[in-house]
Amino acid sequence: MPARRGILDLAQTILFALILVLVPICLYVIFAVVPTESRMGVIQRIFYFHVPSAICAFLGVGVCAVASALYLWKRDRRFDILAHAGAELAVVFCSIVLISGPIWARPVWGVWWTGEARLTSTLVLWLIFVGYLVLRGSADNPDQAARWGAVVAIVGALDVPIIYKSVAWWRGLHPRVLKATGGQGLDPTMERTLMLCMLTFVLLFTYLVIQRWRLGRLQDEVQALLHTARRGPAPAARA
Amino acid sequence: MSYFRTVWLVAAKDLRTELRSREQVVTLLFFALLVLVVFNFAFDFTIIDFVSLGAGILWVAFIFSGVLALGRSFQIEREQDRIQGILMAPIDRSAFYLGKVCATFLFMAAVEAVLVPVAVILFNFPFGPRVGAAILVLVLNTLGFAAVGTLFAAITTQTRRGELLLPLLLFPAAVPLALSAVRSTSHVLAGHPFDRYASWIALSGAYDLIFLTTAVLLFDYVLDE
Amino acid sequence: MIGPAVSIRNLEKLYGPVPALNRLTLDIAPGEFILLAGPNGAGKSTLLKTLALLLRPNSGSIHLFGEDARQGDRTAIRRRIGLLSHQTFLYDHLTGLENLVFFGSLYDLPDTEGAAREAIRGAGLDGRGDDLVGTYSRGMQQRLAIARAFLHRPDLLLLDEPFTGLDADGSDRLETHLRGVRDTGRTCVLATHDLPAALRLAGRVVVLAGGGILADRPASSLPASELEALVRAAARPGTGPGALR
Repeated sequence: MPARRGILDLAQTILFALILVLVPICLYVIFAVVPTESRMGVIQRIFYFHVPSAICAFLGVGVCAVASALYLWKRDRRFDILAHAGAELAVVFCSIVLISGPIWARPVWGVWWTGEARLTSTLVLWLIFVGYLVLRGSADNPDQAARWGAVVAIVGALDVPIIYKSVAWWRGLHPRVLKATGGQGLDPTMERTLMLCMLTFVLLFTYLVIQRWRLGRLQDEVQALLHTARRGPAPAARA
Repeated sequence: MSYFRTVWLVAAKDLRTELRSREQVVTLLFFALLVLVVFNFAFDFTIIDFVSLGAGILWVAFIFSGVLALGRSFQIEREQDRIQGILMAPIDRSAFYLGKVCATFLFMAAVEAVLVPVAVILFNFPFGPRVGAAILVLVLNTLGFAAVGTLFAAITTQTRRGELLLPLLLFPAAVPLALSAVRSTSHVLAGHPFDRYASWIALSGAYDLIFLTTAVLLFDYVLDE
Repeated sequence: MIGPAVSIRNLEKLYGPVPALNRLTLDIAPGEFILLAGPNGAGKSTLLKTLALLLRPNSGSIHLFGEDARQGDRTAIRRRIGLLSHQTFLYDHLTGLENLVFFGSLYDLPDTEGAAREAIRGAGLDGRGDDLVGTYSRGMQQRLAIARAFLHRPDLLLLDEPFTGLDADGSDRLETHLRGVRDTGRTCVLATHDLPAALRLAGRVVVLAGGGILADRPASSLPASELEALVRAAARPGTGPGALR
């Protein structure tokens, strides 16, 4: 165990250092280097936050769904804690997508909100995983929270592509925002900036998942200690 | 015992108790009718495209009454710990699940059988010859709703905030069905040819298949501690 | 030689990080009547639920009638277990007979209808079998609930606080009934707070504390006052198995 903990510590330190370096670079590139998009203007720069957040939101959903399936299979608490961490981050990054999307849409499309397929699907996804968190909070014990959460997470994750498809058909497909802007695809500087931001966000996401997972493990330890304190030391097997 | 006999036993028991508690059925039906009437007041149907709007309102009424029926169906099993009596029996948990899905489906179908004629009058729906297509749309979408709804209701009725939690979980998950149902219903009402909405029908069918299978596989974890 | 009816080894059930059953080991011989005593949170209902196969333990083994209850044929084992609690499990909107036929059909009894009619007679509900259970008095519901629990003639009977909510009359009747069950040689496990009544029935008392066994004694050597003192002691923090040994 100490060896594992050491590796996690090291990974976290490295990630933290990388993020510390990359975030200022990203900000500098976004606001000082990359050219302003010709038709949309300055507001287009919000996409260097918006798109990576969307990627992280989907990563969170993926982590949550896979960890949930593993939990139901193995019944190992650690998978449940990972699933919970994934869901929380999915909600956080979905929220960023849902806030940055309308801020961009208002000056460009003239409206705060449209039925654009990706934005609407993200809203539905956000609702599902907020429901997941509320459900976990309504369970009587961590065992129920884990089992029920896992079922909802798996259903929710399977639903994502269907939701996207249905919303896209409902509205009719909207123009692809980034592809359309540069005429023939994206300006190379814009593309490199986007890649850099994605890398930074994914590293940040990984760092947060590890952090949240360790917090969950600590919460478990505290719960177990509290239980022992109330009930007395863990009894030995009966002779 | 054969698997499907168990499914039918559970469904028949549910339908029988449901029919016996008449005031409950009547109240639910009135609630669904009320939804139609309220929306009928809320929108001016002389100036709005009544076909697509009416289809939406109809499905709102179905879905609302379906959520209420689902919550109640599992509430009955929680009271007096009846569900423990069933879980003690030598039956497959998934057979119990499918029995509940059947009962919910049949109950919602009964509500729909009453609401559709009312909607035809209230919204001046064209009374077309496309009964087969209409039934297909109703069956596929109601089945998917019952499938996911039953899985979620089995979970939420075990929690403290059950009656609030069920719609919170179910409505977002049922978004594809709701969209598909409304679009195909308005196509049917407008008398369009089948291939205009065949892809919606396929979407609903896929949804039913995916989530019935998933729920059958996952249902053990919902009830076994 | 007949093996034990129930054989539990190092059974562990965790609710999240918190153990409800702590490496519990227990054998129950066929025909034994066991009283499970202990304060709230000692693990009584968790143990009972595990025996009822309603709960999946995290580790350890549990064998019922020699059959592995974790990996084995759980459906076959379920046929041999019955559960009676203070809740009736009965549907108000079904008649007494319909209730029994429904549950009997789930057990796939050879002649469900006949067995149900006989059970209605046995419960003294002649002539009321076709009335809705919602119209029954508390006492009648209780008798029907007992009939329901015995419909499939279980070899292992689990009793979860069956005395709760009964008046003196109902308690007496239930006690008499359970004495009859005990004398037919069925294995019974009773979890209750009503210690005097339970002591009159049980042959062996198992006191739980903190998810383990605090004491395991023949009922004859344990007066009610001493048992009550044991249970109170078990409720004190810091009491685990072995504390009194």
